[in-house]
Amino acid sequence: MIYLELLVTFFRIGILGFGGGYVIIPLLSSEIALHQWLTSQEFADIVAVSQMTPGPIGINTATFVGIRTAGFLGGLAATAGMILPSLLLVILAAHMMGKFKESAVIQAILKGIRPAVIGLIGFAVIFFASMSVLPGLDEGGGDFPIDFRALAVFLVVLILSAKRKIHPIGAIVISAVMGLALYAV
Amino acid sequence: MIDPSLSLLRKVWILFSTFFRIGTFTIGGGYAMLPLIEREFVEDRKWVTKEEMIDILAIVQSLPGIIAVNSSIFIGYRVSGLLGAVIATVGLLISPIAMITAFAYLYINVQEKEFLQGLFIGVRSGVTALILLAGIRLGKSVLTGIFAWSAAAASLTAVWIIGVHAGLVILFSALAGSIAYGINRARERR
Repeated sequence: MIYLELLVTFFRIGILGFGGGYVIIPLLSSEIALHQWLTSQEFADIVAVSQMTPGPIGINTATFVGIRTAGFLGGLAATAGMILPSLLLVILAAHMMGKFKESAVIQAILKGIRPAVIGLIGFAVIFFASMSVLPGLDEGGGDFPIDFRALAVFLVVLILSAKRKIHPIGAIVISAVMGLALYAV
Repeated sequence: MIDPSLSLLRKVWILFSTFFRIGTFTIGGGYAMLPLIEREFVEDRKWVTKEEMIDILAIVQSLPGIIAVNSSIFIGYRVSGLLGAVIATVGLLISPIAMITAFAYLYINVQEKEFLQGLFIGVRSGVTALILLAGIRLGKSVLTGIFAWSAAAASLTAVWIIGVHAGLVILFSALAGSIAYGINRARERR
């Protein structure tokens, strides 16, 4: 049954996909090739669309592949398969953490982890900057070309958020409108 | 702390509507949702403390699955159990699923719509600023000494320059934390 096949395949991708989008893409690509669910052009398109629409790439691809192979219900089956491993494992982790929160060892481990997470947030800043304000950053070269239109958006959002405390959704809408206007010229 | 006088229905509605907003306005995946979650749950509602927010980030990245989905499950479960986890995740995914469904049926060739490029570069630039500010707010409570700063710098270097997987960085720093705990215990005993 196609619904079950979709569910099981995406369950497998969900349980192996440590670290989100950029790990999930290669996993998806091999499963899709194996089942011949999409052409490579369609896969490239869905990756592009995922980067442009809200929503995680894993979910987007699951929904898209499901619909293409078995209609809307197929989309739901694939998406459910993708989420199910997370639901089980994250609830287990949340439950355990609630239970052992007071333990001195857990506190010590969390204390060790927190600074590292701040480092990872720093990396996320660099990652987004390399796709906008500092396009030269991910090429690893000596020169760091700056995209000045992107820099203008960055600075406006930085100032409005830091000084005026505008809501992140407002900030994202402002960024989108500024981007459209600045790059239309 | 979650206000104990809130009814289950009210809590579930807040989870649903908040994650619906997060799902609708998070473009770029993963960390792009951090500023939104931090603002809604840490700053405004105070359901999650800064430290807990950082712990949640560590856990959702160490587990398989999508970071945004893992976060909605974790926070939803913390607020109102399994029901909360499911409702938060449904809220998060309504917009993305609706958009991809439309795309699958209409098959719009987005790569040809060049004027849209500006929109995405604009959003990414804004998101860079938002994550930076969220990182500074969360970092203030954590980066209090030379050890914490060094650990943060080491983890940044590991993932950025060396390309180490974020999950491994978290595992390694957990190990460092437990070793430090063991050393402290041994010292106290003497």
